[in-house]
Amino acid sequence: MEKTWNNKAWFMVLPVLVLVAFSAVIPLMTVVNYSVQDTFGGNQFFWAGAEWFEEMLHSDRFWAAMGRNLIFSAIILAIQIPLGIFIALNMPRKGWGVPVCLVLMALPLLIPWNVVGTIWQVFGRIDIGLLGYTLHALGFDYNYVNDPFDAWVTVIVMDVWHWTSLVVLLCYAGLVSIPDAFYQAAKIDGASRWAVFRYIQLPKMQRVLLIAVLLRFMDSFMIYTEPFVVTGGGPGNSTTFLSIDLVKMAVGQFDLGPAAAMSIIYFLIVLLLSWVFYTVMTNYDVEK
Amino acid sequence: MARIDLNHIRHAYGANPKSDKDYALREVHYGFEDGGAYALLGPSGCGKTTLLNIISGLLHASHGQLLFDGKDVTRLSTQERNIAQVFQFPVIYDTMTVYDNLAFPLRNRGVGEADVDRKVRETLDMIDLASWAKRKARGLTADQKQKISLGRGLVRSDVNAILFDEPLTVIDPHMKWVLRSQLKQLHRRFGYTMIYVTHDQTEALTFAEKVVVMYDGEIVQIGTPAELFERPKHTFVGYFIGSPGMNVMPVAVEGRRARLGGQTIELPGTPKAEGASIELGIRPEYVRLGAKGMPVTIRKVEDIGRHKVVRASLEGREIAAILGEDDHVPADPHVSFDPAGINLYDKSWRVEMGA
Repeated sequence: MEKTWNNKAWFMVLPVLVLVAFSAVIPLMTVVNYSVQDTFGGNQFFWAGAEWFEEMLHSDRFWAAMGRNLIFSAIILAIQIPLGIFIALNMPRKGWGVPVCLVLMALPLLIPWNVVGTIWQVFGRIDIGLLGYTLHALGFDYNYVNDPFDAWVTVIVMDVWHWTSLVVLLCYAGLVSIPDAFYQAAKIDGASRWAVFRYIQLPKMQRVLLIAVLLRFMDSFMIYTEPFVVTGGGPGNSTTFLSIDLVKMAVGQFDLGPAAAMSIIYFLIVLLLSWVFYTVMTNYDVEK
Repeated sequence: MARIDLNHIRHAYGANPKSDKDYALREVHYGFEDGGAYALLGPSGCGKTTLLNIISGLLHASHGQLLFDGKDVTRLSTQERNIAQVFQFPVIYDTMTVYDNLAFPLRNRGVGEADVDRKVRETLDMIDLASWAKRKARGLTADQKQKISLGRGLVRSDVNAILFDEPLTVIDPHMKWVLRSQLKQLHRRFGYTMIYVTHDQTEALTFAEKVVVMYDGEIVQIGTPAELFERPKHTFVGYFIGSPGMNVMPVAVEGRRARLGGQTIELPGTPKAEGASIELGIRPEYVRLGAKGMPVTIRKVEDIGRHKVVRASLEGREIAAILGEDDHVPADPHVSFDPAGINLYDKSWRVEMGA
């Protein structure tokens, strides 16, 4: 039978092409455009080549923000993944407790990010915030406005409060899909609680954990709203993560060229790290 | 291996059972001989899996006592009972190799590595997976996975019994046959006490020395495959075993005769029961189709290869008869019943016939 060729089919993908072009490709290209040019305002641009990229890669400010961001993501993953697994393991599997737990877990995820920031900004204040005031009354020298360590603790606890639920819900979904027979067989095989976790539950959660790690890594690496609202990047530069620095540079100082170069480097790093995570974790899956 | 005694075991899933209806298992009082191969046969929901889980200790019976070799194990945990169980869907630990899967129950019990190795290699040979030892268990086919499930039971040489809960459900038809004969072989060689739950009569009849037929939470008959076929104790056994099942029709008994509508059937003996609830049961294999006997109307003839199944109507009731592959349906069909195949039932339970 002869195949009919009909190029009209391309029109079918036109809407999505237009949409993606305007929402992603064109803005990205604009950024690329900025990153290789210099401007002194007045819509006048001069070719700058790789100058901004070189400047960025040699900038202490950039690497300091990057370092803070990597440490932040590492801490977030180190806390949220084990904590999420732990909570998921201890959630009820049947009965009235299931909907209650699921709703409680979903609540922080439903709150807009700037509201989360505002909640914690107020919560942590030592004059009127419940947390800050109580800590102070108990004799702790807690003040996220002055003390970089306290600022970090606040931002991390806030993120844990906000996002651990996501890990919990993903893990819980993985756990409830395990048939009862597996637990029964484990009982018959005399497996300990740890062995059940290690050889039944963990392998069954592997896929959702991969997604959880990826999502939490990317989200925490790109974190902006919450620390911006709570600490505004301070005290000093102590909680100035890449995205906050980027906004300062682009909107605050109107350094479009360096900011565009930074965006692209930032984007490539997120892409690269996600790819590495994904490859490592899926390869592990295949090998084993 | 052990003898397993079920001493008036009853089980209800809900608390405070009141009537018989609340019991998933009404009352089971039976002993499984040491080294026997048993099948628990019955339709879905008849309580066979409940009974199996009570034996393995995954469930604790609400009433009654369970004895292994005379020792009361009613309250013991699964682990303490030392039972192996193979489930409907193969359970394997997919991150482990085949070898480690088999070693798992031994290592959990703190067996030394040298013994583990010896036992695992023995078991791998028994289940024909020796060449797969180093492979990850996740890539295996369903029947290989099910063999590993079985192997994890076999590897512990001291298990009291091996229980199977419809283990061949997800296996391809031709592998079913292979696995079943391997199981029989293992049973013959090593003399395990095996209890095999199934709703497939072929599986039950080919696997077991004794078949326990369950219906609605209780055991209706225990017997060899031949006994179940020739002398079903309950009309349910008659229906459930055999293809097609037994013909059952209400009759009025008068001495050595049974009256079915306008027809009279000679009985092989005088039944020790009478009344309105008497039924006559006869398997299609014992219904003779010919020129003499009771007139029937043929409804249809199904040719199923080795023989034909004739569906006919006798006195307004459906009746099935089996006809040889080369036999022909007579022009003016009549049926007669072979006295050897006639059973009488009172309120669904079989009644003996005197001489």
